[in-house]
Amino acid sequence: MRLFRHELKGELLLYTRSRELAFFTFLLPMIFFLLLASVYGNDRIKSEGNVRSAPFLEAGMIGYGAISIAFAGLAIVLVIRRESGILKRLRATPLPAPVYVSALLSAFLAAFAVEVVGLLAIGRAFFSVALPHHAFSLVLALLLGAISFCGLGIGLSALIKSAEGASAVVNAIYLPSAFISGSFFSPHSYPGFLRAIADVLPLTYFLRLVRNVMLHGHEIWSQGTNVAILAAWGVAGVIVAVRSFRWEPTEG
Amino acid sequence: MSAISVRGLRKSYGALEAVRGVDFDVERGEVFGLLGPNGAGKTTTVEILEGYRKRDGGSVEVLGTDPALAGSGWREQIGVVLQSSAMYETLTTAESLRLFAGYYSSPRPVDDVVELIGLRDQRDQVVRRLSGGQRRRLDLGLALVGDPELIFLDEPTTGFDPHARRQAWETLRSLRGLGKTIVLTTHYLDEAERLADRVAVLRRGEVVAVGPPADLIGAAPATEIRYRENGREVVLETDSPTRVLHELTAKAIAENRELEGLVVRRPSLEEVYLTLTEEQPE
Repeated sequence: MRLFRHELKGELLLYTRSRELAFFTFLLPMIFFLLLASVYGNDRIKSEGNVRSAPFLEAGMIGYGAISIAFAGLAIVLVIRRESGILKRLRATPLPAPVYVSALLSAFLAAFAVEVVGLLAIGRAFFSVALPHHAFSLVLALLLGAISFCGLGIGLSALIKSAEGASAVVNAIYLPSAFISGSFFSPHSYPGFLRAIADVLPLTYFLRLVRNVMLHGHEIWSQGTNVAILAAWGVAGVIVAVRSFRWEPTEG
Repeated sequence: MSAISVRGLRKSYGALEAVRGVDFDVERGEVFGLLGPNGAGKTTTVEILEGYRKRDGGSVEVLGTDPALAGSGWREQIGVVLQSSAMYETLTTAESLRLFAGYYSSPRPVDDVVELIGLRDQRDQVVRRLSGGQRRRLDLGLALVGDPELIFLDEPTTGFDPHARRQAWETLRSLRGLGKTIVLTTHYLDEAERLADRVAVLRRGEVVAVGPPADLIGAAPATEIRYRENGREVVLETDSPTRVLHELTAKAIAENRELEGLVVRRPSLEEVYLTLTEEQPE
């Protein structure tokens, strides 16, 4: 426990020192929320039961924040640490691997928690979005989503071979994924082939889950399908991670 | 008891036999050098001792434990400096040391380590702004901060300019004063000669010689005596240079002539090394 706390403190320090993480994965969802909600926050979305855009976008940016922090940010950090040899160096210390991994994940979950609080505060202050009613369901939903995206992030990091390629590969996956799953727009207005892709993406189910809880007053236990598919993706990521995770840089 | 004992160590990567039956011991408090050209199996051997790689055969004990089965308690007692000096670029020197110190149950105080590696002026500088030599010293500091019994250094000065190498040697000598056991690999002979109490010379996965650097020189090719006679160069190799030289000079004096260009030379470790590591046709 002492080791966990020590490593978590270190990871949080590292997180706040990284300008790339701070901007691209942490600030960007809030900036997009501010921009987009300023432009059409008061419009009504017919295909989404006539909800106002601002709360719809707020939930969308929570999903975008989850995929960019827990998935993209974590995957890039892990590839860079592995390829630069930091993971190899850590292996030589008495820090046990499970303690390291859980502290690393906790730091990213903490960053996501701050992100959500930030988005809720922006929504409340500038776009008169009410705070969610089912706070407990929302916390569970966010935790499930963040952990699943962490699992996928670790899994993806194991498949990327070089630090140079990390950002490119990760961006090519999570940015289109955020668009297609409906972080920014209602996916109901998409052409059929995009909706077909959206139907397999984990973010789609996370967004449905979060919007059902935040906008439509559902509790998480009424959301079996969304929860199951999201969790299945997370488990798939963990399986890939366990099978092909490496501590050492890719050779030549 | 020895700090390290290696018997019949073998390791292959596919068809390549990187280590082919290596034996050696390292005593406690000793500085032991693994010397050899690139591809001789130095890094593979050291990485097996550090617990990074599994061996294919033979037995290995490091501080009384098989590194392939060792846990956190064993890792408390070893410090590792890898070839690549990877660290967190955004932390300062002291923050990096503090982070790693926290992994050990009884670390050396961070400020002591800062002094030891000579980075007092860079204590609060971020790693990204350190020079190459300063990074390497911090690298060493990260391996020392846990106050280990045994320290592995894989090519600690490769890529250094001469000035930085001399500084690194000073730091490594100060480690000896702490009574630590040190294993270092290098392909620099002068480094092995200056730092190591004993060296093992590796060639293509086998140990071809072990001993104190001075003994290796002593055991090697004979002393060489050169001079010119009637315009022709004469080269004599002998194991009893005193007698041969006495006879030569006595004869020259008797004949009242000069031994022109007379040179008496002991082989350097470099020549011994080249002889030992020379590729021989199979």
